[in-house]
Amino acid sequence: MSSRRPALIALAVVLVAACGGARGGDTAGTGTATGSSLQGELLVSAAASLADVFAELGSEFEMAHPGVEVQLNLGSSASLRQQVLEGAPVDVFASADTANMARLVDAGEAAGEPVTFARNRMEIAVPAGNPAGITGLVDFADPGLLVGLCAEQVPCGTYAREVLSNAGVTPSVDSNEPDARALLTKVEAGELDAGITYLTDVLSTGGGVEGIAIPEEVNVLADYPIATLAGAPNPEIAARFVDYVLSGEGQAILDGYGFSSP
Amino acid sequence: MTHNSPERRRRGARPPLVLVILGCLGLALFIIPLAGLLARTPWSELPRLLGGDLVTDALRLSLATSLLATLIAAVIGVPLAWLMARVEFPGRSLIRAVVTLPLVLPPVVGGAALLFALGRRGLIGEPLADLTGLVLPFSTSGVVLANTFVAMPFLVITVEAALRNLDHRYEAAAATLGAGRWTVLRRVTLPMIGPSLVAGLTLTWARALGEFGATITFAGNLQGRTQTLPLAVFVAVESDRDTAVALSLVMVAVSLGVLVLLRERWWKAL
Repeated sequence: MSSRRPALIALAVVLVAACGGARGGDTAGTGTATGSSLQGELLVSAAASLADVFAELGSEFEMAHPGVEVQLNLGSSASLRQQVLEGAPVDVFASADTANMARLVDAGEAAGEPVTFARNRMEIAVPAGNPAGITGLVDFADPGLLVGLCAEQVPCGTYAREVLSNAGVTPSVDSNEPDARALLTKVEAGELDAGITYLTDVLSTGGGVEGIAIPEEVNVLADYPIATLAGAPNPEIAARFVDYVLSGEGQAILDGYGFSSP
Repeated sequence: MTHNSPERRRRGARPPLVLVILGCLGLALFIIPLAGLLARTPWSELPRLLGGDLVTDALRLSLATSLLATLIAAVIGVPLAWLMARVEFPGRSLIRAVVTLPLVLPPVVGGAALLFALGRRGLIGEPLADLTGLVLPFSTSGVVLANTFVAMPFLVITVEAALRNLDHRYEAAAATLGAGRWTVLRRVTLPMIGPSLVAGLTLTWARALGEFGATITFAGNLQGRTQTLPLAVFVAVESDRDTAVALSLVMVAVSLGVLVLLRERWWKAL
């Protein structure tokens, strides 16, 4: 179980496809209903922001089911969706937004209704020690401070503007960064006094960036849906894995990475 | 009038077919993407797209910052080229390599390096901000600096090569006729390397106009302040392809116009 470099993802997908028939046979052969008897590989396509938490969910699931190996295929939700539409033999899809999941459902690729398994929210990110003394969203209107957002063309920029508009703040933005990672890097380097990004991204820096909570009533929630796929080579293991993610244990792990339960 | 010299006959002969085929492949590599851009251009929408604030702001900023960067490169880059060409000093080949570095480095790395050095928490940037209150990142000055950093090597390298290839006897002759060093530089050296100087300045300006990676890394992206044409194209490409294509077309038109205007000088130098 490991996260793979993009160049290897295609190879992994092909290899799993090649083994698909044999794996299906294994599962059918053992065929009993007890968890420990599950055999085979599970290919999970998960949004990049889920990398750390799904790595832990995967290894916990493997420990509970020694015959199962979980393979993670990480990428943007849009590219993962496209892979499935092009026939990649994926068992489970976990998306960072509802739009990409909806397109798979419309194409008849999901087995059953997707379930929202986690929520992410936005947070104010400031450099360690908060040198500019940022206290809240209202500081984003201060032209004397250097503040950044994601560009409005990317989801974290759309969410951030929604949050500011909910709070009635007209921001005095100094930079519209191309993605969440670029924004976080400039905040972490102390070049920006503050930015607005995903709570889980702030936590992922391990203290390089400090978070300031955004009041519940103006914050935006990003829904993460999960579904087993119609073309899953191992539908039985896939269903178990989804159950595990939705279970109390799975939700506790997600909670540890800053995601909240739906 | 008929000079049937061997050279004349050689020039008139048909060029080798292999060279023609390979050369046309080379040309196709330049022309095909351009054709793709033109094919995607929403011609009827163009006036509306080009009239928008986004485009005019980016065009104005791009022209101002790239020209300023070229001017700065001329003021500090030409003396650097002269020193490298004319003064023997230890570590000169190392200096030459350092000057070439921005050509090789990914511009994003250049932008990050500028941030480490001249950012608010940077090696020089922090004392600079403390003493003068001057903060370069996220400012138009930051764009000019990033442009100069990435583009100046073109000028230094071109002018240094020209100075090294210059026949010293002309300068020596002028000096024996009583011209001072400054007069020699102004009246003999600079005019003789003129075509190379123009070529170097043109390349520098063109590179500065197209600069993206160092700019977005060091200066950020804000319409009217740091959002140059390439940055505007990058952001628009994800959401509004028509505007992205229109912006690209402006860049192609401006660059092509200047390069064609300077063609005469260009050929002489290269």
